[in-house]
Amino acid sequence: MLIGLVYSLLAIGLTLIWGVMNVLNFAHGDFLMIGMFLSYWLYALAGVDPLFSIPINAVALFLLGMFIYRFIISKVMKGPALAQLVVTFGISIFLSNLAALIWTPDFRSIGHTLLSGTWDISGVKLSIPKLVTSIGSVLTSLGIFWFLRNTRTGKAILAVEMDREAALMIGINAERINSLSFGIGSALTGVAGAMLATYYYIYPFVGGTFGLICFCIVALGGFGSIEGAFIAGILVGVVETLGGYLFDPSYKLAIVFAMYLFTVWIRPQGLRGW
Amino acid sequence: MRSITGKQMAAGGAVLALFILLPLVSSPFGQHVMILTFLFAICGVAWNVMGGYAGMFSFGQAAFFGIGAYTSSFLLLTFQVSPWIGLVAGGFISSLLAAAIGYPCSNLPGHYFAIASIAFAEIVRIVFTNWQMVGAAEGLTIPMLKESLAHFMFHSSKLPYYYIVLGFLLLAVAVCYWVSTSKMGYYFRAIKESHEIAQVLGVDVVRYRLYAIMISAFLTSMAGTFYAQYILYIDPDSVMILPISVQIVLVAMLGGAGTVLGPVVGSAVLVPLSEYSRAWLGYKGTGMDMIIYGTLITLISMYRPEGVWGAITNLMRRGK
Amino acid sequence: MSDSLLLDVQGVSKYFGGLQANEDVSFQVKKGEIVSIIGPNGAGKSTLFSCVTGFHRVDKGRVLFKGQDITNRKPHAIVRLGIVRTFQIVQVISDMTVLENVMTGGFLRRTRVEDVRRKAEEVLAFSGLIEKRSYNALELTIADKKRLEVSMALAMEPELLMLDESMAGLTPVELRRIIELIRKVRATAVTVVVEHVMEAVMELSDRVIVLNSGRKIVEGTPKEVVANPEVKRAYLGERYNAVGQ
Repeated sequence: MLIGLVYSLLAIGLTLIWGVMNVLNFAHGDFLMIGMFLSYWLYALAGVDPLFSIPINAVALFLLGMFIYRFIISKVMKGPALAQLVVTFGISIFLSNLAALIWTPDFRSIGHTLLSGTWDISGVKLSIPKLVTSIGSVLTSLGIFWFLRNTRTGKAILAVEMDREAALMIGINAERINSLSFGIGSALTGVAGAMLATYYYIYPFVGGTFGLICFCIVALGGFGSIEGAFIAGILVGVVETLGGYLFDPSYKLAIVFAMYLFTVWIRPQGLRGW
Repeated sequence: MRSITGKQMAAGGAVLALFILLPLVSSPFGQHVMILTFLFAICGVAWNVMGGYAGMFSFGQAAFFGIGAYTSSFLLLTFQVSPWIGLVAGGFISSLLAAAIGYPCSNLPGHYFAIASIAFAEIVRIVFTNWQMVGAAEGLTIPMLKESLAHFMFHSSKLPYYYIVLGFLLLAVAVCYWVSTSKMGYYFRAIKESHEIAQVLGVDVVRYRLYAIMISAFLTSMAGTFYAQYILYIDPDSVMILPISVQIVLVAMLGGAGTVLGPVVGSAVLVPLSEYSRAWLGYKGTGMDMIIYGTLITLISMYRPEGVWGAITNLMRRGK
Repeated sequence: MSDSLLLDVQGVSKYFGGLQANEDVSFQVKKGEIVSIIGPNGAGKSTLFSCVTGFHRVDKGRVLFKGQDITNRKPHAIVRLGIVRTFQIVQVISDMTVLENVMTGGFLRRTRVEDVRRKAEEVLAFSGLIEKRSYNALELTIADKKRLEVSMALAMEPELLMLDESMAGLTPVELRRIIELIRKVRATAVTVVVEHVMEAVMELSDRVIVLNSGRKIVEGTPKEVVANPEVKRAYLGERYNAVGQ
């Protein structure tokens, strides 16, 4: 259930990218994977606790995001819509298989960290890593909210999201905002990756499912709506877990997808404006 | 679309002759690659009807491919129904399902529609993975019957399979060509431009979108049945997965979305490339072939998004 | 009387959220007339068109065409009955030639491709675009695109043609050409025109209807309407009162 908060964080990143430049980043989940691996290797090779890898991941993925925007995505922005959809598929396949090549497809996990173990509260066992992840996700999300509302750059990003034409007219540099947004969106996956690495299995193809779920969340929250993504993420987390209890766990994903379909049929704009 | 000129007929005839003769001089693996090429070409042509022409970018075609494969196989295994009848049955089921899903999705703008198609296909895959009646994750194995056309099964050589799938491809191309030069084709392209302008022109947008989706689903399903009869084993992970849907889109995009023969060219480039690279590089389990594949997709999207068919027709025009 | 009455709009009202776009608008159009609907920006002209042609649902009122109630019918059904509209921002199909664009309209009434092609060529000759029939639609100038739009409409053999601001942004020569085209069209179909270009309105219209803030305020011949002080006030705003008194 708490996984929903991580979903929220990821979805905020994805919806930011979508809202600003209309790109569906199918590689979002694979960025998460890279974040997770980065934390893993920092832990395995340098003994860095995943908690401390959060800022490192954020910076690394931020740079990766900006790099990919600058050298790949920006080139297809003027092309046909189909190309924009497909190019991120290409990046996704490239990244996940490159990871499999370099790091082998094996599953890995991080054993003992600063904050691990379980907390026993009157019989209810809470996993500390999951708890920390949830709190961390909420804090980061709040941080992003604050950033977008209260800093100059953040407000510029919101402006472009709301009305690109108008923003251009008042002199906002759209290209810079684009690459910044892609960077920030990716940085968020780095943060999420660092935290997830403390309790989730780490392997090259972990990004696939996360990515797909993220899309459903973004659509549910309303493409481009940060608050919507946050709420929808929690919602999907709850539905997924409930679905796992009520029905067969293997249907969890199908339920999320069905939720997406019903939402866009009944209320295409998602939670936006509710 | 203008009517075909004499020169184009000659060129087409030459290519067809090439296709007919090529397998006779190829190794079984080469024949296999060509069969897969034609299979994806059929799916690409089918995708084009709804995507290239009517503007509905589906990333979930694998669902229909799989349903086609499963329908004919299930009917064969359980009721001894001929695969040829199973092929038609699968086509109908796929079309109806496509219409059922397509109807509520009628007004979804491009990106929402794309994700909806993925969501739908994934639901289908998950359902089939858990559905005991069709074998769940273990899938279905098609029983070995005596080799014959009626049984849609051949053991001694791949050649009959080759010519059958080539026949299917010609059928798909004929359907696509007919659609593109008829009222439906014009209406599809109006819909692609904008729903508003289509309505102004008197087009019943919902109905014509359904036509596009149903035709596309039927043809894709047909390819699925062929696959089942050819490989003789199907499971959700081999016929219903997202990578298959993506490859279908790529084939159409690389060749030229919105053209009749584009996907054939796209498939002729993409499928041998991925099959041969998997044979040479993939067996080591390194995934190098997929890295190349991913790079290729990215590069194509960046530098040649409109596909190569346009370039080829230009060449033909200049050369003659 | 009812024979020559083509369009009968009765008390149409349309709200968007809190905004009243059309309020109790009624008017009639007879066969063979050219009627202009004018008014300042935001008066509700385009909304009225959309209500008549099925693009918006009306909240109150009825629309009758040749005696038949067509209120809230689907756009394509209304087109089939004989009402065709164009849009303020000219829309053509971009990956088709001029001829193909017109053919798409022609498929409404004919089925054989050859028949449709012939009709399309007829229409293009009529509207003066026949020389450019193989051009891609996007290559045309704005003026030619507007003529193409009218051609597409004509291929659908409408009885009532509703042109939404077809003359905005044209040079005097282009304007003249479109005016001539509309005159030619009148012989075969009725035209209702929404226009800001007063020159065209004065020249073409048999009758003019003036909308302001969603309501019909004046109706009459062009001369009558132009002389009406209410109309002046609508266009120039309340300032006129203060200044002119």
